Amino acid sequence: MIDFDYVRASDVGDALSQITKHQAAKFIAGGTNLIDLMKENVEQPTRLIDITGLPLNEIQETQTGGLKIGALVPNSDLAYDQRITRRYPLLASAILAGASPQLRNMASTGGNLLQRTRCLYFYDTATPCNKRRPGSGCGAAEGFNRMNAILGWSESCIAVHPSDMCVALSALEAVVHVAGPKGERAIKSADFHRLPGDTPEIDTNLARDEIITAIELPSEDFSRNYSYLKIRDRLSYAFALVSVAAALKIEAGAIKSARLALGGVAHKPWRAPDAEQGLVGEQAGRKAFCEAADIILQGAVGFAHNRFKIELARRAIVRALEQAAAGTPQSQSVKVIV
Amino acid sequence: MSVGTNGIGKPVSRIDGPAKVTGRAKYAAEFSAPDLAYGFVVSSAVAKGRIKSIDRSAALAVPGVIEVFAHDNRPSLPSSHEKYTDQVAAPGSPFRPLYDGEILFSGQPVALVVAEELEAARFAASLIDINYETQEAVTDLDTQIDKAFEPPEKRAPEWNPSPRGDVDSALSRGPNLIRKEYRTPVEHHNPMETFASTAVWENDGRLTVYDKTQGAPNCHEYLCNVFGLAKEKVRVLSPYVGGAFGAGLRPNYQLFMAALAAIGLKRSVRVTLTRQQMFTLGYRPQTLQTLTLGAENDGRLVAVKHDAIANTSRFEDYQEPTVVWSGALYPCDHSTVTSRLARLDLFTPCDMRAPGGAVGMYALESAMDELSYAVGVDPLELRLKNYSETDQNYGKPISSKALRDCYLQGAERFGWSKRRPEPRSMREARELIGYGMATGIWEAFRVPTSARAILAPDGTLEIACATADIGTGTYTILAQIGAEMLGLPLDKVIVKIGDSDLPSAPVEGGSWTAASAGSAVMEACDGLRKELLKRAGAVSNAPLRGVDLADLTWVDGEIRMTSDPSRAMPLSEALLGLNEPITSEVSSTPDERVLQDYSHYAHSAVFAEVRLDEELGMLRVARVVSAVAAGRILNPKTARSQILGAVVGGIGMALHEETVIDHRYGRFMNHNLAEYHVPVHADVHAIDVIFVDEQEPRLNPLGVKGVGEIGIVGTAAAIANAVFHATGVRVRDLPITIDKLLALRQPTNNHAA
Ligand SMILES: Cc1cc2nc3c(=O)[nH]c(=O)nc-3n(C[C@H](O)[C@H](O)[C@H](O)COP(=O)(O)OP(=O)(O)OC[C@H]3O[C@@H](n4cnc5c(N)ncnc54)[C@H](O)[C@@H]3O)c2cc1C
Ligand code: SF4
Repeated sequence: MIDFDYVRASDVGDALSQITKHQAAKFIAGGTNLIDLMKENVEQPTRLIDITGLPLNEIQETQTGGLKIGALVPNSDLAYDQRITRRYPLLASAILAGASPQLRNMASTGGNLLQRTRCLYFYDTATPCNKRRPGSGCGAAEGFNRMNAILGWSESCIAVHPSDMCVALSALEAVVHVAGPKGERAIKSADFHRLPGDTPEIDTNLARDEIITAIELPSEDFSRNYSYLKIRDRLSYAFALVSVAAALKIEAGAIKSARLALGGVAHKPWRAPDAEQGLVGEQAGRKAFCEAADIILQGAVGFAHNRFKIELARRAIVRALEQAAAGTPQSQSVKVIV
Repeated sequence: MSVGTNGIGKPVSRIDGPAKVTGRAKYAAEFSAPDLAYGFVVSSAVAKGRIKSIDRSAALAVPGVIEVFAHDNRPSLPSSHEKYTDQVAAPGSPFRPLYDGEILFSGQPVALVVAEELEAARFAASLIDINYETQEAVTDLDTQIDKAFEPPEKRAPEWNPSPRGDVDSALSRGPNLIRKEYRTPVEHHNPMETFASTAVWENDGRLTVYDKTQGAPNCHEYLCNVFGLAKEKVRVLSPYVGGAFGAGLRPNYQLFMAALAAIGLKRSVRVTLTRQQMFTLGYRPQTLQTLTLGAENDGRLVAVKHDAIANTSRFEDYQEPTVVWSGALYPCDHSTVTSRLARLDLFTPCDMRAPGGAVGMYALESAMDELSYAVGVDPLELRLKNYSETDQNYGKPISSKALRDCYLQGAERFGWSKRRPEPRSMREARELIGYGMATGIWEAFRVPTSARAILAPDGTLEIACATADIGTGTYTILAQIGAEMLGLPLDKVIVKIGDSDLPSAPVEGGSWTAASAGSAVMEACDGLRKELLKRAGAVSNAPLRGVDLADLTWVDGEIRMTSDPSRAMPLSEALLGLNEPITSEVSSTPDERVLQDYSHYAHSAVFAEVRLDEELGMLRVARVVSAVAAGRILNPKTARSQILGAVVGGIGMALHEETVIDHRYGRFMNHNLAEYHVPVHADVHAIDVIFVDEQEPRLNPLGVKGVGEIGIVGTAAAIANAVFHATGVRVRDLPITIDKLLALRQPTNNHAA
């Protein structure tokens, strides 16, 4: 673990000026991901800028009828906030599907977006990894790739983004508010995480010297017909093999609009607008759901240890849509799948 | 014996519980010393080869770094591998840490950085630049099958019973034949507490080491041998151990490192391992097993053949009792069991909870389940039809065996009669339901152990024995035995264990501690009784004058004549005028004749219900009933906890646990608790433990058998059998994960890329 300095930022401006001054500095929020990576010498910041004192821990109504969530709101607070559980239960459910209560107490909203892949090779400095050490090769492609991608991967990296929360944010089309030396900007969730391409060392479109200040949820909330279904290797406290955020608007049995995002399958939460479009106007039922799953997974290609995820994803998509359509979302505490 | 409220057989809460939950109980890494320095181990990045050079200049430049020890600058060490052996070592040449530059396994400790602070040591460790000459490592057991060999030197000859009958011709004649291959992966013990040693350098040159170990005397002996120290110059203590499951049976390298640095620097040093480094220690080996059963149409076995191949390291022939049970458990005239090893470029495996039994019985009991379908006999009925009162391997009587009661009581509690025989015949809503069962068996050992009991004039009893409590409840049961023997309340009994200065004990393993240390304590207390009776008889007008020890009852602080309780004397009176404590120390040994004449096992019957969403492959173990026959249960509460924990281990073995090796790098890859899955609460549902009555008449004076391991044996098979019953899918390759369940349900091209 690297020897590092530690400073606290007093406000957003201070945080930004600190990060601009120190090239090898990093923000630290809950620390649940960054500290682990530092212990393994995967991340080696020489300075940690503690942002937990910044006034970014509130959830506020927006003028357009949505909610704005401060970047430092702990995952637990967010999942149990009444406004979230009532209006955006999909988000609450996705958060509760992740990690453990202890971790969720520490983890921040902003940090969750920026958590790094759990690819085994990324975590082990004795092995090659293009994301950790560009040009060293991808250990996972011909190694243990059970937890790796089946969609959108590149020759240089087949990692997945491990977050559950981000899958729901993607389905809800949340917007990420960031501040940087040049001022503030908003990034659509679809554009926030990126595909690995030739530069897998870059996870997101956030610049190194930018800070996430808030996540904005639009007013459309899908609070009736939704489900977050996570399939994993044990019944809690494991990253997703495949997860599905499904949200529907149904009128008289027919689908008015649909959102579908997959976790655990790609370098970013995976959306397929054509599949969602295809559902519109269809009767909410297995036939339409299977077709949507087929469209999403059309280009899916797996590896030695994760090919099964393609069929698993197909089934999970159908089930999540069924759960959403029936108004029986997957419970995150009762482990029976409905 | 008496019926005190704290004595033997009572569900007493752990006496060490309050110290543990309030943080007063100190673990190896929590002891301090003036001027303590901190060591951090550098682990090899390659699996095989040689260190060409070590550049430590950047590390040494880090402020606070005191020294970097490696093979090229270490203090003198013995070259003979013998010197590095220990009580639990497998035959072979034990690993010599930092001895030379040869790399034998990935993660091998290659250097130790010592600094004034842990952070500096850890940072400096990351700056050490090692230049390796790398060779190709072989870690894939499947490629080594043709090189598998029978180890020339046996760890325990009785694990390799000779063949009986003519198994092959019996198999060819038999009307029913099951021949199946089963696989179990490498598993790591993963106790919660990581390994640590605090080596305190005393000014007079003595070394006191607080170590996480299951055997303080074993580590004491190891240190004396490796560093050439006189016995009285070294003391090893392990007062509390945060779980071990066998990982602490042998001295681990952090002990060597801490001692080496302390001796080298003449200064106290603490070395703790990281979770990742926990995956560089011993582990449960991978096994490839073939089970062949021949049976009559009614299910009676005719022949059993069990062949197991397990991996070991290049330098030691680690062996465990994997196949012996298959020859012992069920009556049949023809049996051949064989165990072979294959060498891999990995560290030597190490006993892990029910070593051999957990994996071997998974294979046998899975095959028995397959047989039950082949002959159309209910799995429980099949076991009852094949019930044996003798040890089939050696034709010996079994000292006590209440397995039939385990079957019957377990089945009753579980509701086995509600099981429909056909696979896939039970469901509720979307879920398929499966019932499975299996037999468990584990050896009931007793090994020589010493103990001391000291009764102070104020009536306080101190019990001392070098054994360990690895979370099992040893403190508590030893106190209960002492309390029972002298009729004292529990809070009058002090237990001292985990210290090489105390009367010697073997490692705390093999489920033998209750029987061995327990008997020793009982005998030591018996010595006190004799002394007390002498004193009691000497008191003027003594009510107990001339009474025989055998006619006395010790209860409620009184010594009473059993047949005439009016003849009694308070213990305090017998102690009157006593200025010095009374001491009784014994070396307690098992009766060799009993061990010769009888076989001795604990048994269990395990029943499991699984529920599965078959479309998604999500599986739950909804219920487990474990019915155990283990002689007398000293403390139903701590004993139950042992079975609960072991059942959870069995769930992990069945569904979750696997350390994966990337053979290109010869390296375990999922070396953390996020990716090495053990069951979490959500995976553990109702577990019902039954202790059936079993009178054990002769193995030890307490009539006990251990309960530390029996709970895991058979559990994975019961779950795997339930999975088959639910789904009609037989996964013969643990753990049973979603992909294996799904892949078997449909043609592979369905989900191929
Ligand atoms: C064992 C384990 C299991 C887990 N399981 C799951 C799971 O199943 N599902 C799941 O979704 N997650 C899981 N997690 C991940 C967890 O959700 C994340 O670690 C957590 O959300 C990160 O938040 P944090 O505040 O602790 O981030 P930190 O560790 O503090 O930071 C993470 C990164 O974000 C940066 N950062 C933080 N805040 C900001 C900001 N406001 N602006 C700019 N940069 C910022 C930091 O510089 C750092 O690079 C698990 C974690 C662990 C350790
Ligand atoms: S998949 Fe990506 S993160 Fe994993 S080893 Fe390859 S490059 Fe590294």
